[in-house]
Amino acid sequence: MKIDWAALGSVFGVSLVVTVALVALFTLGITGLSRRERAAAQGGSAPLAVTGAYACFAACAAAVAYGIYLIVA
Amino acid sequence: MEGISLILAIVVITALAFDFTNGFHDTANAMATTISTGALKPKVAVAMSAVLNLVGAFLSVEVANTISKGLVDESGIRPEVIFAALVGAILWNLLTWLVGLPSSSSHALMGGLIGATIASAGVGAVHGDVLVTKVLIPAIAAPLVAGIAAMIATRLTYTLGKKADGKAAAKGYRAGQIASAGLVSLAHGTNDAQKTMGIITLALVAGGTLAPDSDPPTWVILSAGVAIALGTYLGGWRIIRTMGKGLTDLQPQQGFAAQTSAATVILASSHLGFSLSTTHSVSGAVMGAGLGRKGGVVRWSTATRMFVAWGLTLPAAALVGALAEWVTNFGDWGTAVVAVFLVGSSFAIWKVSRREVIDHTNVNDVDETAEQESPGVVTTAMAAVTPPPTAAAAEELAATIPAPASPASTDPAPSQAAV
Repeated sequence: MKIDWAALGSVFGVSLVVTVALVALFTLGITGLSRRERAAAQGGSAPLAVTGAYACFAACAAAVAYGIYLIVA
Repeated sequence: MEGISLILAIVVITALAFDFTNGFHDTANAMATTISTGALKPKVAVAMSAVLNLVGAFLSVEVANTISKGLVDESGIRPEVIFAALVGAILWNLLTWLVGLPSSSSHALMGGLIGATIASAGVGAVHGDVLVTKVLIPAIAAPLVAGIAAMIATRLTYTLGKKADGKAAAKGYRAGQIASAGLVSLAHGTNDAQKTMGIITLALVAGGTLAPDSDPPTWVILSAGVAIALGTYLGGWRIIRTMGKGLTDLQPQQGFAAQTSAATVILASSHLGFSLSTTHSVSGAVMGAGLGRKGGVVRWSTATRMFVAWGLTLPAAALVGALAEWVTNFGDWGTAVVAVFLVGSSFAIWKVSRREVIDHTNVNDVDETAEQESPGVVTTAMAAVTPPPTAAAAEELAATIPAPASPASTDPAPSQAAV
């Protein structure tokens, strides 16, 4: 009986890193948007936060697209 | 569909019925977190999941082509064996749905196949080591991997997102959950609808209607996709409630972390060649997300019932599959008995489920009465299902009923305490 520990280990590693990275990016994006919301409420704007937020969301969207690619391929 | 014998037609219909139960059993995997956190309205969530399942069914036929290879010897497999396997899988899916426990439809199918094969060709036809590497290890690994990832991700999103509040944050978490739930639905369609296509194709090859090594015919792909989508749209609300509300109380952040972890684990595992069950991954992720929030609780009594159901899935489906195969061996009337038994007991389970209806209107209510009634439902399930159409069938059901019933009915007290 051979258990493919290497495959299991890589599933674990990849899942952990990707999940944490995606959730972190997305949370940062959301934080950026909330900052804009707060800034807008005070009549200002937060261009850096918004740019960062959209960069984060773009990265997440790319990950989702790659996920769809994996499903289709 | 010309040139298909009666037994083949029965197998095809049973396979589609299994596909249907698979759909409503596994809606919870994709949509439980989304529904319980309120990111999507229940009906919208199941409709979206159904459409994505249907789309997923058409994306590839790779899984369909590899189904059943490795676990049992395909040579000399008869349509009756596949039929018996499906009976085992369907009944287990329905029973776990009745008690509202998520369990792996794939394990049920594999169990049924193993049991039917043993009854037909002996223990030697099942590859024991494949069983350990493909079933046992993944069943333990999946919730751990998804759970740990979800737990860390939940911690992180609460830490990083301290300053995220207001409408933007609510909208953001909502979008994130919908996206990851959509991915899980799509992956489910490609995987599970294809399992049914694989089974039907296998049956057609076994029955001599298709040449060996054929791709699934178009009508098989179409009907399997539609069956799983219909099942998904019907919604296994009982299981959705357990997963979304029963295991832990999810906030949007947790729902997002859990669903992202589940989607990642499912895709990573199928891509890296160590397939993990969707159900096990999602349940693990939900529990991990529960543990990741400060003050979050996991209701271990519900979790324990779920683990027991996971452990029983394969042997219980195997037992029913073996008995069904044994009965079909008596000839055509035996097959008819099993078919009548399947229809009769499915109807009985549905009847019992109507005594306490859970649907899109009350899927998010976890109240004291529901918790108190759940053991009652199980006990009545036993009472109502035990007088089945035939005596031979009675043995089968009597053998399987205590399995889900005992864990469910023994711990209503702790689960109430947890609530």
